[in-house]
Amino acid sequence: MGEAVAIGTRRWRFHGGLKLRHWKTLSLERTLATCPLPERLVVPVGQQRSGAPVPCVRPGQLVARGEAIALPSSPDDVALHAPAAGTVRQIAPAPVIGRGATEAPCITIDVDPDGPDAFLSPITPWATTAPAALRTRIREAGVAGLGGSLVPTAGKIDAAGDSAPTLIVNGAECEPYIACDEAQMLAGPERVLLGAQIIARAVGAAQVILAIEDERPELAERLAESAASLGDAAPAIVTVPTVYPEGGEKQLIRVLTGLEVPGGGTPLDLGLLCLNVGTVAAVHDAVVEGRPLISRVVSVTGRGFGAPRNLEVAIGTPVAWLAAQAGGYTDAIRRLVMGGPMMGVPLAHDDVPVTRASNCILGLIAEDITPTAPELPCIRCMECVRVCPAQLLPQQLFWHIRAGSYDQAANHALADCIECGCCAQVCPSQIPLVDYYRHGKTELAAQRVEQERATVARLRFEARSARLDRQEAARRERLEAKQQKLRSARDRKAEIAAAVARARARKQGNDEDL
Amino acid sequence: MALAIVVIAALLGLGLGFAATRLPEDEDGVVASIDALLPQTQCAQCGYPGCRPYAEAIASGTAEINQCPPGGEAGVAALAELLGREPVPLDPAFGEAGPPLVARIVEDRCIGCTLCIQACPVDAILGAAQRMHTVIEAECTGCELCLPPCPVDCIDLVEVPRAGGVHVLPRPEIPIRLEARG
Repeated sequence: MGEAVAIGTRRWRFHGGLKLRHWKTLSLERTLATCPLPERLVVPVGQQRSGAPVPCVRPGQLVARGEAIALPSSPDDVALHAPAAGTVRQIAPAPVIGRGATEAPCITIDVDPDGPDAFLSPITPWATTAPAALRTRIREAGVAGLGGSLVPTAGKIDAAGDSAPTLIVNGAECEPYIACDEAQMLAGPERVLLGAQIIARAVGAAQVILAIEDERPELAERLAESAASLGDAAPAIVTVPTVYPEGGEKQLIRVLTGLEVPGGGTPLDLGLLCLNVGTVAAVHDAVVEGRPLISRVVSVTGRGFGAPRNLEVAIGTPVAWLAAQAGGYTDAIRRLVMGGPMMGVPLAHDDVPVTRASNCILGLIAEDITPTAPELPCIRCMECVRVCPAQLLPQQLFWHIRAGSYDQAANHALADCIECGCCAQVCPSQIPLVDYYRHGKTELAAQRVEQERATVARLRFEARSARLDRQEAARRERLEAKQQKLRSARDRKAEIAAAVARARARKQGNDEDL
Repeated sequence: MALAIVVIAALLGLGLGFAATRLPEDEDGVVASIDALLPQTQCAQCGYPGCRPYAEAIASGTAEINQCPPGGEAGVAALAELLGREPVPLDPAFGEAGPPLVARIVEDRCIGCTLCIQACPVDAILGAAQRMHTVIEAECTGCELCLPPCPVDCIDLVEVPRAGGVHVLPRPEIPIRLEARG
């Protein structure tokens, strides 16, 4: 773990990126509101990166809001809590939107709006509570990276230990339409600022900063006001240039410190702890209100909605219900996307639930969409190389994946691709580069599993062969011993017979002598 | 100058000639790297009693590289690459590449004869005499070697998703563009 890097006033820039027009005001015209509960919530259980939590409720069981409904299966995992009180209807696979999967096991809850709450007890005053107790609370409350990674926050904080890292709260939302973090900061800046202070106490952070984009002056003002009221301990508000993908963890760190997170490493290698604004607010709620992670802020935005807005949404709320709360679909809507325009996934239907990773539901109209164009050959113009914020060679990655040379793509650091979409955006041949990379990454993951299975099969085959050889050798030894015995028995008989014959011959000779 | 070059060339030539004839070839290393490219189903479709014996046969030159149906064309290509040979099509005499399979025992019919347990090359069948047997699916390679010895034909081979269900996103075939431009 590296020595904590102090963040000064100097700003660097990261390689590549794009300057995109922002559409954030579309949803920010209306203030953050709480989305009413639907009749039924569908909570996906398989959203975690390492293994899935195991449901600990049965169909028909009554649950209170905030009660644990799935428990972690490993220490890298966190629990899931009921986003609303009600009755568990079923635990079965249902359609979801996630990296790769189209279906995942889900816990369906029939919502009872008047049902009880079962929150944890608030920790007050947290400022004098032991850091260990704060960390335990963050784990219990199931807080995970709401920037989209869903990495358990407790795991990150535990990894930081008492190393006194510099805490960076990432408020640089760079996707053109997404404004969920900004809406949250405008509506309740103290939640975010206090949340940052709580985490700073939990890890003994040396410096705490909140980074936002420089084109959001209203937000900067609001945050500065709130920070002033909190006194000296408040996080420092810093602005960073508005370039997509500024909000990427590695890009933000580069801009703030001029350093690069090593490939395959984490910001902790530089003594930095980087958390999303939503995550920090969730930590605040977990500690100050005892509220587990049961909801998140979602931008329901785009010109395809009647009244775009940001909503605090219970996890598991169907997209269709959410759309209805944002003025419904307009006649002009042509495409529905989960996530932003750069990194989002198109939705074929709106009967999928909001997960903890869903930051935006985007309704696009014809004008927003580049008409589908045929993929043309790569002309090696190197535009993609120029914009790639991870400093990869997108054209080479594409080339190798298209040729099926996945190992070569892996050698070209495919794993470091953050799928930001800049390369595909500037490609004059309209090559869907990110789709190729996603294919390549998942193909490599499948190959790794197959390789592991082949290794297991080989070891088992070798073990069996060795066992059979051993048994065969033992059998042969036994046989040999038996034959030896038989032979010696036969020899003894022959010796006796010979002795008898000699005696007889002697006797006969004696008789003749007489 | 010219003489120096001739001398250097001659020395290098002698050295290489010596290395080629006297130094032993790393036979085990070659076999291991061939074995690493084989799918380890241990199905014996190649005519050898397992992947390792087949790898040894390839290394000694007695077997062709296109005798492994589970490895498919990709497997042949990988072997050709490793051995510096031309890729050849899979020899249909040894079977055809198919989807991943696992064995499943029909429990109603199993009589507990242990014959399949003895046939399984990776010890993936669990059971005892006069007791019902079962397949450890995570370790079954779908080699089909348990089918012939079963006296009551109670083993089925079922198709399973690749790599234990790791979802592989499709290779883009139809160009789709979802982004909007600001």
